[in-house]
Amino acid sequence: MFPPLPNPDVSAQKPPLFGEQDLVRRSASRVPAPARQLTPVAKLIDVSKCIGCKACQAACLEWNDLREKVGVNRGVLDNPDDLTPDSLTVMRFTEWINPSTDTLEWLIRKDGCMHCAEPGCLEACPAPGAIVQYSNGIVDFIHENCIGCGYCIKGCPFNIPRISRVDNTAYKCTLCSDRIAVGQGPACQKACPTQAIVFGTKDEMKAWADLRIKDLKSRGFDKAGLYDPPGVSGTHVMYVLHHADQPHIYAGLPDNPRISPLVRAWKGAGKYAGLGLIALSVVAGVIHHLVQGPNRVTRHDEEEAERLAGDKP
Amino acid sequence: MTNSWTDIKNTDLVVIMGGNAAEAHPCGFKWVTEAKHNRGAKLIVIDPRFTRSASVADFYCPIRQGTDIAYLLGVINYCIQNDKVQWDYVKSYTNAGLLVDERFGYSDGLFTGYDEEKRDYDRTSWDYQMGADGFALIDDTLQNPRCVWNLLKQHVAVYTPEMVERICGTPKDKFLKVCEMIGECSSKTRTMTSMYALGWTQHSKGSQNIRAMAMLQLILGNIGVRGGGMNALRGHSNIQGLTDIGLMSNLIPGYLNIPTERETSLDVYMSTRGFKPLRPGQTSYWQNYKKFFVSFQKAMWGEAATAENNFAYDWLPKLDVPSYDILRAFELMHAGRMNGYFCQGFNALLSFPNRKKITAALSKLKFLVVMDPLQTETARFWENHGDFNDVNSASIQTEVFELPTSCFAEDEGSLTNSGRWLQWHWPGGTPPGDAKSDNWIMAQIYLRLKALYEKEGGPVADPILKLDWRYKDPGDPTAEELAKELNGYAVSDLADPSDPTKIVVARGKQVPGFAVLRDDGSTACGCWIYSGCFTEAGNQMARRSTNDPDDTGTFPTWAWSWPVNRRILYNRASADLEGKPWDESRKLMWWDGTKWTGYDVPDIAPNAQPGEVMPFIMNAEGTARLFSLRGLREGPFPAHYEPFEAPIANVLAPHIRGNPAARVFKDDAAQFGDAKDFPYAATSYRLTEHFHFWTKHAQINASLQPEFFVEISEELAKEKGIVRGGWVRVSSVRGSIRAKAVVTKRIRPLVCDGKTVHIVGIPLHWGFTGETKEGFGPNSLTPFVGDANIETPEYKAFLVNIEAISGPVA
Amino acid sequence: MNIQVSRRRFLQLAGAGAAATSIAAFGYGEAEAEVAAHVRNFKLAKSTETRNTCTYCSVACGIIMYSRGDLTKGEQANIFHIEGDAEHPTNRGTLCPKGAALLDMVHSKTRTLYPQVRKPGSDKFERISWDEALDRITRLMKDDRDKNIIERNAAGVTVNRWTTTGFLAASATTNETAWETYKVVRSTGIVAFDNQARV
Repeated sequence: MFPPLPNPDVSAQKPPLFGEQDLVRRSASRVPAPARQLTPVAKLIDVSKCIGCKACQAACLEWNDLREKVGVNRGVLDNPDDLTPDSLTVMRFTEWINPSTDTLEWLIRKDGCMHCAEPGCLEACPAPGAIVQYSNGIVDFIHENCIGCGYCIKGCPFNIPRISRVDNTAYKCTLCSDRIAVGQGPACQKACPTQAIVFGTKDEMKAWADLRIKDLKSRGFDKAGLYDPPGVSGTHVMYVLHHADQPHIYAGLPDNPRISPLVRAWKGAGKYAGLGLIALSVVAGVIHHLVQGPNRVTRHDEEEAERLAGDKP
Repeated sequence: MTNSWTDIKNTDLVVIMGGNAAEAHPCGFKWVTEAKHNRGAKLIVIDPRFTRSASVADFYCPIRQGTDIAYLLGVINYCIQNDKVQWDYVKSYTNAGLLVDERFGYSDGLFTGYDEEKRDYDRTSWDYQMGADGFALIDDTLQNPRCVWNLLKQHVAVYTPEMVERICGTPKDKFLKVCEMIGECSSKTRTMTSMYALGWTQHSKGSQNIRAMAMLQLILGNIGVRGGGMNALRGHSNIQGLTDIGLMSNLIPGYLNIPTERETSLDVYMSTRGFKPLRPGQTSYWQNYKKFFVSFQKAMWGEAATAENNFAYDWLPKLDVPSYDILRAFELMHAGRMNGYFCQGFNALLSFPNRKKITAALSKLKFLVVMDPLQTETARFWENHGDFNDVNSASIQTEVFELPTSCFAEDEGSLTNSGRWLQWHWPGGTPPGDAKSDNWIMAQIYLRLKALYEKEGGPVADPILKLDWRYKDPGDPTAEELAKELNGYAVSDLADPSDPTKIVVARGKQVPGFAVLRDDGSTACGCWIYSGCFTEAGNQMARRSTNDPDDTGTFPTWAWSWPVNRRILYNRASADLEGKPWDESRKLMWWDGTKWTGYDVPDIAPNAQPGEVMPFIMNAEGTARLFSLRGLREGPFPAHYEPFEAPIANVLAPHIRGNPAARVFKDDAAQFGDAKDFPYAATSYRLTEHFHFWTKHAQINASLQPEFFVEISEELAKEKGIVRGGWVRVSSVRGSIRAKAVVTKRIRPLVCDGKTVHIVGIPLHWGFTGETKEGFGPNSLTPFVGDANIETPEYKAFLVNIEAISGPVA
Repeated sequence: MNIQVSRRRFLQLAGAGAAATSIAAFGYGEAEAEVAAHVRNFKLAKSTETRNTCTYCSVACGIIMYSRGDLTKGEQANIFHIEGDAEHPTNRGTLCPKGAALLDMVHSKTRTLYPQVRKPGSDKFERISWDEALDRITRLMKDDRDKNIIERNAAGVTVNRWTTTGFLAASATTNETAWETYKVVRSTGIVAFDNQARV
C-alpha cells in the first residue's frame, strides 16, 4: 500500500505552501524566474488497478463544490459522457477484445487534465494570466483573467478544458491546488478505493510505477509501461497502462501527444513579437466583449446558471 | 465474515463468486488489490457478467446464474479426483470420518424422507450412526462406505467437468483452469478466500450455495486461517448487527430461537437444546444456551422475570409456522389478514418481489407507518406517478404516516460491519426540520402504548407493562444506556463458583463477557454474543488504536469484534493437531506448551489440549460439517436444483422444478413463467454508483448514473433488433418495465444443455422519488419465492422476454 | 514473481525517509506567509471534526464529517464536507462513489422534515404534529392488538401471538436502536418481524 497521508489539520487557516511567487509560466505574459524550485509533484493513475467506480468523479464534485446535472443513459455506463465545466474528471470505459488472446479486457481510464510540463493550453491562451504554471508542475486556470475564447481547448493535446455557459470561462482539473497547498493530495486520489490513483513527488510516482509495471509483467502484460509522454516534456498526471505500446485503445489516449504546430507557430511569433501577442489577446478580448458582453454575472446569467444546474426546462 | 476486510491482504487466491466486491464494496476490495500487490495473489471472478471485479481479475469465468452448486460440487469432485485435499485438516477438523445412518440416501435429485405434498422432508435419517456410549461412530481411516467422506465422494461424482459445462454453460477448459488454480490452495501454505454476497443468497437454494463453498474451503483447509475463510460481504451498514440482535420473526438476540407453540414450557423448550457432545471431550459450547436465554429474558423484563414464572417464558410470542418472514407477511397482507405495518427505514415497495402484489397488499392495510430520513416509494405507494406507479389513490383506504428520522450523521451508536467489528460513531450535524432519532420515536410509541394499557387495560398487557425500561429519560434512551444493556450486567452479586466468598462481578456492574452469564436470573444480557462490548473498562466499541502487531491485519484494539473481540473465527484451526501453525509465515494461533497464544483471541478454551479438543467448538462433534445433518431443509449435502424459472430443465432430475423444499404459496406458483414464453435468463444487481434506493436522493450519485437501463449482449441485441441506448420493454408473467438498453460485450450468451441461453441484466436503483430520472426496478418482474431455509427472495435468476420499443411520448 | 516490497523498502527506493510520502518535503520548507490569490483557501480550516462511519454498506469505512458549529458545545451544526478517515484500518481514508458523496445524502432535497399523514382515499400528505401522529399510531396499534392478539391457541397453550400488525426493521440503524426496537416489538407479541438481511 502506498502510505496514506495523515488527515488534514483543520486547526487554523494556514498560508498556502506555494503561490504566485512560484509561477514559472503565465499565459500571454512573462513571469520573473522564481527564487526557488518546488519539488515537482505528480498523480499516478494505474489503469490496471482501476475498478471504474467513479469515486474520483464523486470526490471531485464534492470537494470542489460542483454539481453535475442529472443526464440520461446513452447505452453505456459512462456518465456524464464527457468532461464538462463541472465534471473535471470522468471515467471512460472501453470494451476491448485483445486480439492476441481473444479475451475481453474492460479498459477503464480516468480522464482529466494531465498537467503537462509544456502545457498546450497555456501556450495557446491569449489572455494574460488566465493560465499559470507553478514550479511544482501544477497548471491552473485563473478565472477572473479568462476571456472564454476556447483557445486553450484547441491548444490542449488531450482535449480537456470546457467552457462554462454560466460564466463563460474555461474549467479543468486544478490538481486540487488548494489541498496540495496544505500538504494534502487531490480529492480524487484520497478517495480512490484501490489506490489506482496515488500522489506524491514525480520521482516517487515513477518509482511506484516501476513496481506496478513489474507486477503487471509478472502477470503476462509484457507491454506494461508508464505513460509520461515526451511530446509535452512529460506530464504531472501519469498513467500505468497494461498495454503501453498502444495508448489509443484507452478511449483515445493520444499515442504521441504534442502541442499543435499552429500553437507552436504562434508561440514562436510571440517570441519575436511579444507586443503583437498581447495585441492579439487584446483584440480577442475585445471581440469576446462585443460578442458575449462583459464578464460580469448578470441576473440573466444567474437564472441561466440555475436553469442549467437544475436541469429544468 | 469468518475473517475481516483487512485480513484479505493475507490471501493467495481470491474467488469472487456470488458477489461483486469491486462495485458493491470498493473500499473493502482494496484488500484484494493489496493481496495481489503484496503476495502476488490471483483473483478469479465467476459471474454471468464480466463485472468491474472481473475487469481487474487474473481470470474471469462465465457461469449461468442459479447453477453455482453444480459448479462448486464440480470443483469439489475435481479436488477429490486429483488429490487436491488438505488431508490432515479434513481428517481431524471435519466430520469426514463419522458414519452416517444406514437409512440415509439420495436418488433422482431427492434425499430420503421427501414428502411432495408438504414440500418438505422427514429428516430423521439425516443423522450419524450412534454407538452404545452415546457418541457418533467414526472411521478415522475413511474406509467405511458409510463415512461422510465416501458419501460425499459418491454424491459429487456426477458433477464432472462435462456436466458442469452442460448445466452452467461454462466452457470446460475455463472450468478446469479455475479448478487448477483453486486446487493449488489445498497446500498447507496456500490459502484461498471466498468473497460472496447476495449473488449467492438471493436464490431459492441460497443457503446451499454458501454451504457448497464452505465445504470446498474445508477440504482445502482454509477455514480459521489468515487469508482464508467464508467472507459474506453483506449489504447495508448494519445488517450484520440487525441480524445478530435477532430482529427477525424467529430469533432472539445472539442466534437463539423464539419458541414454537409446541414448546409449551421453558422445560420443553430447553429439552431439545441440551447440545450434548457427539464426540468425547468436545466443547459443544451451545450447552450454555440456557444462560444466554435467561439473561436475555432478564434484560427484557428485569425483576418481572423470575425463576417462579420461568423467567417470563410465557410472555414471548410462540410461533405456529417456521417464521413470519417478509414473504409470509405480504402474503397475509395480500389476503387481507394484516391490518397494520411499520417500516423503520426500509423501502418495501421497491425491495420485495412481485411489485404488483406488494402494491395490492399495502392497499389492503388499515395503517402503514414509515420512519425514514428520506422520502420513500413505500410511504408514497398510494401516489399516482403515471406508469411508474399506476395506482388509483382514491380507491386506497390505507392511512399512511411518514415520520422523519435523523440520519447517521446526526445520531450516535454502534454499527456492526461484515467483519463483525462493532464501531461507535458520533453525531456531527443538527437534524433538519422536525426530524427525530429512531430511539426517541420507538420510546414514544412504547410509552404511549403502555399508557393506553395502563388506562384502558387489555389482553396480554403484562409483557408491555413490565418491560424493563429504566432509562434516565424514558422518552429518549441514550445509545450508551442501550449498549450497556446489550453487554449485560450483574443483577445480583456473582460469586466465584469455586470460591463462594469471592465476588466476581458485583451487583449492578457490567459483566466482562458472556463467560460469566448465568441461568439463575443473576445476570441480564440483551445479546450474549455482544457481551464484552461495553464493560466496566468502558465503551470498547469506541476504541481507536491502529496498533497491528506484525502487520497481521487483525487490529486487535480497533473497536471491538464479536465474539469476545475475536477477529478470525475458528482460529484454532490455523494450527495442526499438535498446535503448530500450518504455515509459519502466516501463523495466527499456536499452542505454547501450556496454552493457546497468538495474534487473536483463541477460539477455544485457552488451556484446551491440542489433539483432544477440536476447533469447531459450537458443533457438538467439535469438527466442521461436510455433512450438515438436519441443519438445512433441503438436504445434508447441497444438490443442483434449477431456479423456479429456468431456461432449461434440471438435467439431473428433470421432474423437479426449483428447490423441492422451498415454500411456495399457491397463487405464486400459478405465476411462474416458462422458457417458451419468457426465453431469457434475467438477473438483478446493484451498480457501483448507487446504494440501493438511497443514493438516487443524492445529487452527485444521481448524476453519475441517472437513468434506469438493462444490459444485454451484442448477440441478443442483434437477434432482437435492439440498439445501444434505445428503448426496450422487459416482461415476465408478473409485470413489465421500460428501460434504456446498454448493449455490451461484457455479457455473452451461454450454451446450456445444448441450448443458447441469453442473459438480461437488470439493476435495481430506480423509483419515483429522488433526483434520478423516474424508473423501474427488477422487483416488478421477480417471482414471489424464497430460499428454503431463510426465505431470501429469488432475485438472481428468473425468466423474462425483451423487445425493442419506441421511446416514451415526451 | 511476487512483488514483496514493503513500505520501508519502497520509501528507500523513492529516496524518501519520512513516515508518509515525502510530500511534506516538496521543497516548500517554511513557506512565506504570502497571499496567493490563485490557490483557493483550504475550506476545512477552523471547522469542527466528528468521527463517524459510512451509512451505506457493511465495509463501514471511517469518515470525518466537517461542520460549522459544534454539537458537543450545544451549538447547531451544519456539515459541509465529508471525507475518508485516513486512520481507519479498513478504508485508510478512501471512499467509494457513494461514500464520497455522503454530503448529498445528508442534505438531500428529499429528506423527510415533518410528520405527515395521508388519510384514506386522499392523494396528498398533510403535515401533523408529532403528538398527533404518535397518539393516532398507538391508538391504531392498540385497537388492532386488543382485537386480534391470540392469547391461547386451540390446544390452550399460551402463545401471545399478534399476527395482524407487522414490523420491518431497517438495516442502517444502530445496534442500540435495534435493541430498543427489539424490546418494544417483542413485548407487543408482533411475530411478523423482519429486517433487511434478505434484500
